[in-house]
Amino acid sequence: MTQKFTLNVNGTSHTVDADPDMPLLYALRDDLGLNNPHFGCGLAQCGACIVHIDGQPARSCVTPLSAVGNAKVVTLAGLGTPEKPHPIQTAYVEEQVPQCGYCINGWLMTTAAFLRDKKNPSEAEIKDALSGLKCRCGTHVSILKAVKRAATMMG
Amino acid sequence: MTKFESTSSLSRRSVLLGGGALVVSVGAAMTLDTMMSMQAAYAQGAKPPLTPDQLSSYIAVNADGTVAAYFGKMDMGHGLHVAIAQIVADELDVPFKAVKVYMGDTGTSVNQGGASGSTGIQLGGKQMRMASAEARRVLVEMAAGLLSVPADKLAVNDGVVSATDDKAKRISYAEMIGGKYFNVQLDWNKQYGNTLYAPGKAQPKNPKDHKVVGQPIKREDVAPKVFCQGDFCTDIKVPGMVHGRMIRPAVAGSVPVKVDEASIKDIAGAKVVWDKGFLGVVANKEWDAIKAAEKLKVEWSQVDAPFPEQAQLYDHIRKAPVRKREVEKQNGDVDAAFASAAKVIEAEYEWPFQSHASMGPACALVEIKDGNVTCWSGTQKSHFVQLGLAATLGVPVEKVRVIHKTGPGSYGRNDADDCASDAAVLAKAVGKPVRLQYMRDQGTGWDPKGPASIHKARAALDASGKVIAYEFFSKGFSRVDVDTNGSKPQDTLAGQTQGVALKSGDGFGIPAESYAFDNKRAGWETIPPLLDRSSPLRSSHLRDPVGPQIHFASESFIDEVAAAVNADPIEFRLRHIKEARDVAVIKAAAEKAKWDTRPSPRKDQTGSKVSGRGIAYSQRNGTRVAVIAEVDIDRSTGKIFARKFTVAHDCGQLINPDGLVKCVEGNIVQGVSRTLWEEVTFDKKAVTSVDWISYPILDITETPGQVDVVIINHPEIAPSGAGEPSIRPVAAAIANAIFDATGVRIRRVPFSPERVKAALS
Repeated sequence: MTQKFTLNVNGTSHTVDADPDMPLLYALRDDLGLNNPHFGCGLAQCGACIVHIDGQPARSCVTPLSAVGNAKVVTLAGLGTPEKPHPIQTAYVEEQVPQCGYCINGWLMTTAAFLRDKKNPSEAEIKDALSGLKCRCGTHVSILKAVKRAATMMG
Repeated sequence: MTKFESTSSLSRRSVLLGGGALVVSVGAAMTLDTMMSMQAAYAQGAKPPLTPDQLSSYIAVNADGTVAAYFGKMDMGHGLHVAIAQIVADELDVPFKAVKVYMGDTGTSVNQGGASGSTGIQLGGKQMRMASAEARRVLVEMAAGLLSVPADKLAVNDGVVSATDDKAKRISYAEMIGGKYFNVQLDWNKQYGNTLYAPGKAQPKNPKDHKVVGQPIKREDVAPKVFCQGDFCTDIKVPGMVHGRMIRPAVAGSVPVKVDEASIKDIAGAKVVWDKGFLGVVANKEWDAIKAAEKLKVEWSQVDAPFPEQAQLYDHIRKAPVRKREVEKQNGDVDAAFASAAKVIEAEYEWPFQSHASMGPACALVEIKDGNVTCWSGTQKSHFVQLGLAATLGVPVEKVRVIHKTGPGSYGRNDADDCASDAAVLAKAVGKPVRLQYMRDQGTGWDPKGPASIHKARAALDASGKVIAYEFFSKGFSRVDVDTNGSKPQDTLAGQTQGVALKSGDGFGIPAESYAFDNKRAGWETIPPLLDRSSPLRSSHLRDPVGPQIHFASESFIDEVAAAVNADPIEFRLRHIKEARDVAVIKAAAEKAKWDTRPSPRKDQTGSKVSGRGIAYSQRNGTRVAVIAEVDIDRSTGKIFARKFTVAHDCGQLINPDGLVKCVEGNIVQGVSRTLWEEVTFDKKAVTSVDWISYPILDITETPGQVDVVIINHPEIAPSGAGEPSIRPVAAAIANAIFDATGVRIRRVPFSPERVKAALS
């Protein structure tokens, strides 16, 4: 049976009529038309679907709608805009990181939360924070450069 | 009207701002009156057909003076479109920013082969260069007539033609042809695909006159991805669309014998599409389609488990009947030289099946409307998928339009083309547009695999230690068990599950190098697939098809011979390599990496943590690459850290240094991943590596800390490819570095910690 859920996404309230077990990812993509979180695995193994839920990176592919409640959901589109970019978005463009670009939600959203909480991280700390995220094109060398650049920007 | 215009709003006409059906035909210089009369004469005419022999199939000047380049290949993440725009801008003498490249849409481009074999610039760019040069020639000739100035007294700057001795005499491309079509015939070689070539009468510019080519121009498609403004193929939606999911058997080769549609009757809009081995579901909502695929009760046919135990894979290959044998290279009398040898060195190497394991499983949307079929896909080869969908659906090719949109990664013949065909079958069956995305286990478990293989090498030495003969043979599954594209139903899962007659192809390869030995033989043997139809272990092209495995073996073996004669690995290679560009990349890499000349292995290390360096080199269709790996090894755990790479890369004329460096970095990282981690696992029934846990790839904690790229630019040599060559030597460079550090030779990929630890103990 479907239920009505009110979701707070990127500062806007939306109502979705869906199965309580349905992962948030499908509400974001299919009901709200927010394409930025991607389906990569549906298993919380890759990060392509990551959004922030109350500021913490969360895998929307395994987060059931019933667990979201009143939490504030932020997608990559809510992280920044070309006019007002988040430093990691600026750094990604400057370093020309993506190849296919399908994975970038995970890296950008995880980095944004990490750099908010950790100033001047070491390379080892950056790698640790991003461990487990997948990029099949192998852009890791550029990812590290971009995260360091963003860390510098965020002081 | 073109035959495609009715199928989408993304038509050529809408791209050509202004859009009138005027045609400008160009031959000898003409007066304005002549030109006007010609326009009037052709005013009712349609735009030239979208065929390879028409200039309008590649280049158009819009009403605002911007240039549209229609490209029958596509970018897979390396910024190919930037390089193509650089080439077009240079030849046409227009600003780089004025050029927009439209890629991989069968409605706007001809079949230039898609993304294939790192030929985007090498072959695709060549054609776009020739078309652009011809467009410039034609426009200058038109200007000559209109300005009454001889063509050789005209210059072009930023799309404006002016007299060199009177700048007031000027006319822009836009004024002459903006918004109209070229009607210029090219000299087409009657080939489609990579080999398509259709020059005009113009000669391209001398490379010394290139201004845009060679510049580090950034990709303009990065920001839209970072700010969520672009569409992936997964994001396309059309009205009335439903969602599809496919169902695959738990035992490869079995087919549904009973399907209980009532088991999903409670799911809104859920329907079953079943035809022989083809089984899918659709539902109105995506989550409902996923649930329906999970809940559908299916009884499967009983079949014998088709695969050997994985532990028997290489024995299976050794014992399997040879379906095709080919000696590709032979000189001297190899057998006599081996018979006379003072010493023979032999080794055998093994490479597993590997998966494309694209970042997301494939997705396609197919809409069939008024007899016209439109497919949005992340395929590398939309023109071939167009043929495949026409055959699968039984409609004329001209009724099918395939539009490439960036997909979730590619790296060869992954699951994209299968997905497009499956979506087409579903869409036809349910009479609605169907968006199909595979699930993760289908993406990794059921994509066509890079073939598993064994490689035998031997070298004959005379009494002085000189190499007098060399032989290299590969034996493995074919690189084209299923073809490299979905143009034939026999090669797609949709066709194979629906019973199309099969025709498995044979192909492998030999090392691409220039070692000159007096007696030398290189060849390959292919064996039949483990399961003839709809197999999760069917083999096809995976990035640098068979290159990594062949050169892992051949470049490891050269190192083994060098060690056997107590020579430095680079010094030994340079003794035998005959081509100057090959020597140059090796020397450049050695210089950049500050190579310490000495034989391997090192003798100065004790303790559990040791380091080593290794080199490997190869050619690839004109490109030459040398890779030096510096690795750290923990002998107690077997864990390898490929810490630093130095790559010297020569692909002839450099088009965009930034793009090339990024491309090489991706090759190296993916190469490390495939070398250290990647191996398709299977049991007798099925593939068991189906996600990121069971098919691990390199983690960022294991990423090389440094990749130094030395670009050797040869403006005088036509550009060759860069999308794949530098992944080719990576495995051997790492293996040779492990040998340097430990004195132990690892001859089976992947170099997982368990395997390395076992080898070292």
